[in-house]
Amino acid sequence: MNNILIEEKAKEIRREIIKMLGEAKSGHPGGSLSGADIIAALYYKEMKIDPARPDWEDRDRFILSKGHAAPLLYSVLALKGYFDIDILKTLRKTGSILQGHPDMRKVPGVEMSTGSLGQGFSAAVGMALSFKLYNKSNRVYALLGDGECQEGIIWEAAMAAAHYDLDNLVAILDNNGLQIDGKCSEVMCLGSLANKWHAFGFHVISIDGHNVEEIVNALEEAKTVKGRPTLILAKTIKGKGVSFMEDKAEWHGSAPNMEQVEQALEELK
Amino acid sequence: MDQIATRDAYGKALKELGMTNEDIIVLDADLSKSTKTADFQKVKPNHFINVGIAEQNLMGIAAGIAATGKIPFASTFAMFATGRAFEIIRNSIAYPKLNVKIVATHSGITVGEDGGSHAAIEDISLMRSVPNMTVIVPADGVETEKVIKKIVEYNGPVYVRLGRSKVPVIYDDSYEFEIGKFSILREGTDVSIIACGIMVSKALEAAEKLAQNGIMAEVINASTIKPFDAKTVLDSVQKTKCVVTVEEHNIYGGLGSAVSEVLCCNYPAPLEMVGVMDVFGESGSPDELLEKFKLTSTEIINKVDIVIKRK
Repeated sequence: MNNILIEEKAKEIRREIIKMLGEAKSGHPGGSLSGADIIAALYYKEMKIDPARPDWEDRDRFILSKGHAAPLLYSVLALKGYFDIDILKTLRKTGSILQGHPDMRKVPGVEMSTGSLGQGFSAAVGMALSFKLYNKSNRVYALLGDGECQEGIIWEAAMAAAHYDLDNLVAILDNNGLQIDGKCSEVMCLGSLANKWHAFGFHVISIDGHNVEEIVNALEEAKTVKGRPTLILAKTIKGKGVSFMEDKAEWHGSAPNMEQVEQALEELK
Repeated sequence: MDQIATRDAYGKALKELGMTNEDIIVLDADLSKSTKTADFQKVKPNHFINVGIAEQNLMGIAAGIAATGKIPFASTFAMFATGRAFEIIRNSIAYPKLNVKIVATHSGITVGEDGGSHAAIEDISLMRSVPNMTVIVPADGVETEKVIKKIVEYNGPVYVRLGRSKVPVIYDDSYEFEIGKFSILREGTDVSIIACGIMVSKALEAAEKLAQNGIMAEVINASTIKPFDAKTVLDSVQKTKCVVTVEEHNIYGGLGSAVSEVLCCNYPAPLEMVGVMDVFGESGSPDELLEKFKLTSTEIINKVDIVIKRK
């Protein structure tokens, strides 16, 4: 798929995120919208997957370590045909397969149950390690939040990924600069994320996380790196695509009302 | 009687499994010589992963490996496995019901000289409270080997509690372990002594002495704490009408609590507990500590006398 079509898909994903959260009346729009271009590039170009065979042994794995962006993952899975798109309306409702945070036992295509921050990345390292140990060609992609990097387990896992030369692992950091309580730099400063990940042994590629060409090129570059894992540091805007949500921490964890949904969908046409 | 530490039996069982089962991967967090996973490493170095001193990541990586269809064994001391890494076990292993075998050593006060900071007296309680988790406390080296081989056949998360010190061998090789099934080691009609782990041999010792005074104790090895074998307990207590529980664990939340829950709901009967009396462990030799914390056959006999009078 060419980059223009991927951009279209990203917009479609954003629309589904807004509609789903409007229906659910709770959830996390900001960090879902910021990752839309990244996840579109992964699911529509990069990853070896087959929605008709979610258990296909040779598939690549995507782990949403920032599990609160569940609407982002659910949207792309539904659009890819892993499950009926009407199910998106049931997000967070009693009896739904679409739990507030992704549950691998309920949703086809969800590779790991996540939500408690940092743990998804650790599991992703485990998957990559297993594939490497058994000489499998599967690649593992994990989407991380920047606030999530305040969790100690992220750095335990990063150390292990580099120690075991996991060049089949790509971590993508959705660097939108905000967390629930405000700016990451004010809540708990992360310093230079590029330097930190480099120091932990990763090949670091810094890009604009809303530029599909840059995302696609970075993912290509990652495949040429041997002997160490890659970290794509993607500068993003929280709430990207919806003007009144952009770069606002208050849209981390509150859903739009019906009026706001309409306005947002108008902007995402 | 032969004496074998359950951790040594674990190393032996892993070594055998390593040579026959290509799906097994063993992980440790810088304690492989103590947990005995190093024995596996010797025969299968490329299936052994040391994650360094990082127990949270130990469990997270194990979860990821299980998600690829392999069978990870994750080992460290009980304190760090169930304490430090609790929430990773809860959310990344038990919640998605991933096939991770958590085998923790150095449990209880018999961790000995390292002292209270390292003596896990809460691990059974912690693991028992997590849905989807199976909890097993083998009584000796033979049972440990059987348990380790059996849990490979079961698809789901398991916590196995092992110890540091040598304990008497009470089973012979003909013993067959089944998940969720207690074994009756001695039949009796006057009192049920329900024990787990290293305290099972003490319970047998107590029963022997009680028999000399004409008290016939039934001794049950409650090796699978969860799923709990309520039937065996109820059948026994309906016969004996009173119970003493025995564990090297806090009396809150462990075997004593599990037995109490089943009895109170089904067949209320007098019950006394032998266990760690809600205090932390401390430094000392394992044998001296068992005396100091009253984890002895003498204490079991004292509690039997009390509970029989309450009938």
